[in-house]
Amino acid sequence: MAHHNLSPRQYTILALVAICAPTGDTCLSRGMTNLPAISLAHPATLIAAVFTPWIAAGIALLIGFFASYLTALSWADLTFVLPATAFGNVIVALFARFWLHESISLERWAGIALITLGVGFVARGPSLTERPVAAEAAHSSAEVEEAQPR
Amino acid sequence: MTHPSAWSAVAMIAAVVLLSTTGEVLTAAAMKSIGDLDDIRAHSGLKGAIRAVVTCPLFFAGVSFLALAFFSLLFALNHLNLSLVAPAGASLTLVTNAIAGKIFLKENVDRRRWTAAVLVCVGVYLLAH
Repeated sequence: MAHHNLSPRQYTILALVAICAPTGDTCLSRGMTNLPAISLAHPATLIAAVFTPWIAAGIALLIGFFASYLTALSWADLTFVLPATAFGNVIVALFARFWLHESISLERWAGIALITLGVGFVARGPSLTERPVAAEAAHSSAEVEEAQPR
Repeated sequence: MTHPSAWSAVAMIAAVVLLSTTGEVLTAAAMKSIGDLDDIRAHSGLKGAIRAVVTCPLFFAGVSFLALAFFSLLFALNHLNLSLVAPAGASLTLVTNAIAGKIFLKENVDRRRWTAAVLVCVGVYLLAH
């Protein structure tokens, strides 16, 4: 089986996918709970909320997530990238345990173990499905290079 | 909060999962049709990479479905508990994406990826429940 050959830069992009989404969601959640209740009768307060520090940081992180997610999808399969996104849940749970000192139930530890195992499974395989056309093109370009000594 | 029937709860979660899967698959297809964004950025800069993405009609189709999925999630949250919708939606989407990736994107979803999809699906459910 062909194994993937991701560059350190591509691993960084996958790490950003996993980290930015849950961190952004956490910032939004923290920002919105800090605000007084917003009613639909006053929608302008929602716009003002966008400029508060936690919510602005959350939006910036979610834009970062989407940009890195799109970049990852341009060179890896969807079924390779999605488990990386799910790994973000594990990062948040570990943050909650070791930074916020929240307790984690046995059920959640089992969830963390299963996601980690699943991501490990995918990461050991190829990141991109080899297409016959692409494989032929690579093969023929290799032949051309061989035929043309430098 | 009203208590909808089991069938309407299933329909609401199914809508979230199907719309989200359609959005993810269309977005993935768009990015594959555009090509490696790192290469495009190396040749044409960040503006060139952004231009390549925003001029792709398939990308807008994908984002539209993701937006519909978001609104259907909000609708579902209005009728159902977060502790049901969030884990069920997130975990089922992983499995439907694996199926859709194999059928529509012709990805090589081998035994390794199926196992991973099921493990992560159960894991997300346990973690989010």
